[in-house]
Amino acid sequence: MAVFTFINSKRFTKSIIMHIPIIYNVRSLIQRPVSTLATVMGIAIVVAVLCGMLALATGFQKAISSTGSPDNVIVMRDGADAEISSGIPRDNVNIIASLPEIANNKDGRPMFSADIVVIINIHKIGESKYYNVTVRGVSKNAFDLRENMRIIAGRSFNPGAYEVIIGSKLVGKYENCYLDGTLEYGQRKWTVVGIFSAGETAFDSEIWGENEILMPVFWGPVFQSVTFRMNDSTLFYKIKDKLENDPRLQVAVYRESDFYSKRSQALTMVLKFLGYFVSSIMAIGAIFGAINTMNSAIASRHREIAVLLTLGFPPSAILFSFLFECILICVTGGIVGCLLALPLNFVTTSTTNWQTFTEVAFTFHLTPGIFCAGIIFAVIMGILGGFVPSWRSSRQSIAQALRQE
Amino acid sequence: MKFLGLIWINLKRRKIRSILTFLSIVVALFLFCTLQAVLETVNSQFKIGNENRLVVRNSISIIFDLPISYLNWLKSLPEVKSVSYTNWFGGIYIEERNFFPQFAVDPETFLSMYPELIIPEDQKIAFLKERTACIVGEGLMKKYGWKLNDTIHLKGTIFPGDWPFIIRGVYRPATEEFGDNMYFHWNYLYEKSERAANIGTYIIELKDTSQAANVARVIDEHYKNSSYSTLTQDEKVFLLSFVSLYGNIGLLLNTIGMAITFAILLVTSNTMIMSVRERIPEIAVMKTLGFTDFLVFILILAEAIFLCILGGLSGCLFARFLYNVTGFNASGFLPGFHVSFKTIITGMIVTVIVGFVSGIIPAWQSSRLSIVNALRKV
Repeated sequence: MAVFTFINSKRFTKSIIMHIPIIYNVRSLIQRPVSTLATVMGIAIVVAVLCGMLALATGFQKAISSTGSPDNVIVMRDGADAEISSGIPRDNVNIIASLPEIANNKDGRPMFSADIVVIINIHKIGESKYYNVTVRGVSKNAFDLRENMRIIAGRSFNPGAYEVIIGSKLVGKYENCYLDGTLEYGQRKWTVVGIFSAGETAFDSEIWGENEILMPVFWGPVFQSVTFRMNDSTLFYKIKDKLENDPRLQVAVYRESDFYSKRSQALTMVLKFLGYFVSSIMAIGAIFGAINTMNSAIASRHREIAVLLTLGFPPSAILFSFLFECILICVTGGIVGCLLALPLNFVTTSTTNWQTFTEVAFTFHLTPGIFCAGIIFAVIMGILGGFVPSWRSSRQSIAQALRQE
Repeated sequence: MKFLGLIWINLKRRKIRSILTFLSIVVALFLFCTLQAVLETVNSQFKIGNENRLVVRNSISIIFDLPISYLNWLKSLPEVKSVSYTNWFGGIYIEERNFFPQFAVDPETFLSMYPELIIPEDQKIAFLKERTACIVGEGLMKKYGWKLNDTIHLKGTIFPGDWPFIIRGVYRPATEEFGDNMYFHWNYLYEKSERAANIGTYIIELKDTSQAANVARVIDEHYKNSSYSTLTQDEKVFLLSFVSLYGNIGLLLNTIGMAITFAILLVTSNTMIMSVRERIPEIAVMKTLGFTDFLVFILILAEAIFLCILGGLSGCLFARFLYNVTGFNASGFLPGFHVSFKTIITGMIVTVIVGFVSGIIPAWQSSRLSIVNALRKV
């Protein structure tokens, strides 16, 4: 209530009308370039770290969750929490394939893929350690399920041949991952006949081949997952009920987009938490720095403030003016921080997807929302750092201030 | 040393400023130590391997298993003292986020091969006698409030179904990095699983460590053309391959560490510049009294370094104390998490460098100050 009384009061109106020109603050900042710059850079680093961490989390989330489509359904064995621990026998796959709710492509074939998913070890170029890479054996129509999938070099694999295509994020990073390269696993030699791009999804870090030729090499007659396109995505729950209650099947049914976003949730949360945790602690340090700067700026301007008060500016105008000055420093720092973080947008990094223990390459992803968060963070730092010094400066007595020196 | 008083008085001149600078250094070093400790724990988790033990796994990748029939041939090798085997279970206790590692093991050979598990003799006997028994780390007992002889249920992901286990023993890991795991009878897994479980990894104890490379080569050669070809590594190398699972976390933490260091550098140098600017007349008076340029230089530099050391030491010790008292381990993900002396020393080196760099410009400026010019400003 006190706030409303204050806003309606004459004092507030007076402080709005009799505001100190902003140019006064800008000029006084330019007056002390070194300490302003140091404070701005301090804030900028904090904001850059925050933006970087959030961009990391968003990039990871985007890579995993955009892997799935809301129109697709993925079926795995009940109880399996990832594709590699799942197993669906061939007769079960046939039951699922006969569902009338599966959409057809333009050639009238069902948009359906029964996948073999395995992990193989490949050396990174120049490293002796092994990394886990997913190999996926797919049905012939699997590409219909992925609109954003394009062969960017070479061709697709031929059925029945020991041929694979590899995701663009593997090229140049792993040994033998190039067009016409030869990969060796499962006692066979596999020729890389094509490179595909899957538009920033987890598939971009995978190796694809034909399911029927990969199956005997690895597990035997079991598929890991079945994915199909629904002809009407509103029927998802009906399909889910039907399959999960079928006594012949022991499966769990997920909407593909939900399945993948759930898989990214845990790590995204950890990264976001880490981002806010680290930058909040850093912000405390930066706020102390800002308080120091403001204190010293105000200390050297005691007489000026006294003159302003004598001229009839109310104390609240002084308070707002200095608070504004501090926020100005911090917002400038925030903008510089966002600019510092900007080049990250082109950095590709990789992490392990803990659900599958495979490497997923992804790009830092800066969004307008992240920049907003950075600027808001900077404003909060400005208010916290500037309030006490500004308040104190507005409370000083004119006589005492003028008497100094 | 006699100038320490002078430095102290100068710091007390503007108490609020010194305290705030001090606090921002404390905060920065606290964070720095935390990140370094995370990095160190992550790396040390995989350094628990023993070079006397070899691990045999499927050469394609860790998710593929090996047939149980390999056991007898491995045992027959002259360099081999004993062979044990394990399999990753990957069960869920109530909820997915309650993660802890579970292994199906051959109990007798496993326990004799791993003195890292310290377990009372009577509990060991009880565990060996009963097929559905398991042993768990004491940290897990505390975390989930289990008691000895409790039955716990895990939901299998690789091996479907509901899996009851009776806790017959609690072990204490010899080193904290070994962590809190759960071990149970491989036979139980084999009999209850519908997928007829195989062997995840064979673990081989050697009679003579120097034969390790040789034995590994012999094993891999032997199975080279079978449909289950093997990769044999010593346990250290095997565990190190899991470090890569953390991806670029090291780079990430180090980058943040650098950013923090740079940020405190800005705060402290700002403080020093402001404080020297205010003291210009005073420095001139000191010089008039006979303080040499060099001495003034040293005094200002010492002030910056002193402030940094004070803050840095407090930050490091605070971090060490806090994590020691709370026993923080990120709910089991970072077993043995603590701020080591190595981390503290790294932190202190960083602070001293920060202090030096932030003090050098104001110190140089004040040493070059001419008395006449400085006094005229008053």
